[in-house]
Amino acid sequence: MNKKRKIADILVNIWMRIGLYLLLSIPVFIVIGLFWKAGPLLKSQSLANLLFSSRWSPMKGEFGFLPFIFSSAYVTVLAFLLSAPLCLFAAIYLTQFSKQRLLNFMLPVIDILAGIPSVVYGVWGILVIVPLVSDGIAPFFGTSSSGYSLLAGGTVLAVMCIPYMLNMLIEVFHTIPVGMKEASLSLGATSWEMVKHVILRKGFPGIISAFGLGISKAFGETIAVLMVVGNTLNISLSPLKPGYPLPALIANNYGEMMSIPDYDSALMFAALLLFVVILIINLFFRYFIHKGEKV
Amino acid sequence: MNRLKIIEEWIFKIISFIAAYSVVLILLYLLLVVFKKGIGALSWEIILSMPEGGYYFGGDGGILNAIVGSFYLSVGATFLAVIIGLPAALFINVQLIRLKRTQNTIRFFLDALWGIPSIVYGAFGFAVMLLLGLNASLLAGIITVALLITPILVRAFDEVLKTIPVELQEASFSLGSTKTETALKVLLKQGLAGFITALLLAFGRGIGDAASVLFTAGFTDNIPVTFDEPVATLPLSIFFQLSSPIEEVRQRAYAAAVVLTIIILIISVSARILSKRYSKNSIK
Repeated sequence: MNKKRKIADILVNIWMRIGLYLLLSIPVFIVIGLFWKAGPLLKSQSLANLLFSSRWSPMKGEFGFLPFIFSSAYVTVLAFLLSAPLCLFAAIYLTQFSKQRLLNFMLPVIDILAGIPSVVYGVWGILVIVPLVSDGIAPFFGTSSSGYSLLAGGTVLAVMCIPYMLNMLIEVFHTIPVGMKEASLSLGATSWEMVKHVILRKGFPGIISAFGLGISKAFGETIAVLMVVGNTLNISLSPLKPGYPLPALIANNYGEMMSIPDYDSALMFAALLLFVVILIINLFFRYFIHKGEKV
Repeated sequence: MNRLKIIEEWIFKIISFIAAYSVVLILLYLLLVVFKKGIGALSWEIILSMPEGGYYFGGDGGILNAIVGSFYLSVGATFLAVIIGLPAALFINVQLIRLKRTQNTIRFFLDALWGIPSIVYGAFGFAVMLLLGLNASLLAGIITVALLITPILVRAFDEVLKTIPVELQEASFSLGSTKTETALKVLLKQGLAGFITALLLAFGRGIGDAASVLFTAGFTDNIPVTFDEPVATLPLSIFFQLSSPIEEVRQRAYAAAVVLTIIILIISVSARILSKRYSKNSIK
């Protein structure tokens, strides 16, 4: 082997290693960076107080994240309840009951829709969901609402999650061996019974993971929710009231935070909280999927 | 067969039929609404001119600054992502080909990274900016978006590389080529279609993302000339204009949303076409 090729090999090898190590160190750097910036707040207040106090007035130095955590959880659960059953049945229909042609048409469409930026979903939410809530749903229940509400946030999130979850569910159902389905059908099961006893049972870990990853996506989504959720501090169970999820808090307050002590730490703490929660959810459900792929 | 079974069968078939078609309808409706509202407001003036004085109070001008800014930002970020991501993806599939366990662990972590919300990258990018003493600028935006899209690029490329048969690599080694030559001349060539798809996927994500550039790229009415100037982005332009109380400004936000959607559609459709064209020559 001549020298030039050897040197090129070594150099490129080093470059590749650096690339990979940089990539894998991103989460470590994120944790260190956010933790470092959130440090002042964590030093002055206990973690329990930060997480479970509902008093939020940065001017007085009170940072209780409960209202934000509550709003985040609320819209996420709402989005999940609205989108998960729809996605599950749609995936069953597309993979089991419909013609192959429909699926071939749908797959690229879903893929493309998954790539539509969240700000466009937000625009749609303002044009459609917000008026629907304020003029349709709120009067129907005898109350009034500006339309910018937890319900609007949850609905927009649900629509955003549909392409994402549907895609994963279709993949899950594709991994189930055809032989198993055929065995079930040959024993006289109807196609729904086959779905119930074979597809849903065999695909169970995959379905749970797809749902989990959908939840984590909804939990961290920022712009689309920010645009329709109203951004008002509020802990109430009514979906017609506005809310203030964690990502919206971070995005909304970057301009003014520098003038108030500890405010920037508080926002960094919010980011850290989002990161940790979502990373844990992701690692947990991805583990499910990776296990499933090996078997 | 008893009756109950047949009824159950029909009920669930109908439910899933409705579910599938309502998903399609909801998504089509979304596109329809955005287009219908935006097309009316769209004009060449909006696409091709810069915002002029009083633009945000209904004055003349357009969103050229945001369109060009978004492209600058996304091209820069994709370039950075390729520099880090391309060798990383090749490394996973050449050097680590015998270490299945390490490969899977790395993939597992990258998948988990994919799900991290962009607002976290934005906050982290902001912390880094403060640390380095940078202002909100094109450079800071590029770095932040690159962090966001590199895991996507690597995983999407890696998905294709891992389908390339090991025998191909073995053949290359047996002819005396080094690992680098195998990686660049065999794997990259075979996986070119996948690479292009990954590239465009990452590029599209970079153009469409708003939360990560909110504090790192800033906003401006000009097109940046150097890396340390702030840069406008299309999603943020939509976001800011939409929060205006003036109807005319909001109309432009709808037009900008159509522009963004069309750009994304063009990117994803061309990704499909290109990947089909380039995958014709590869060995299956």
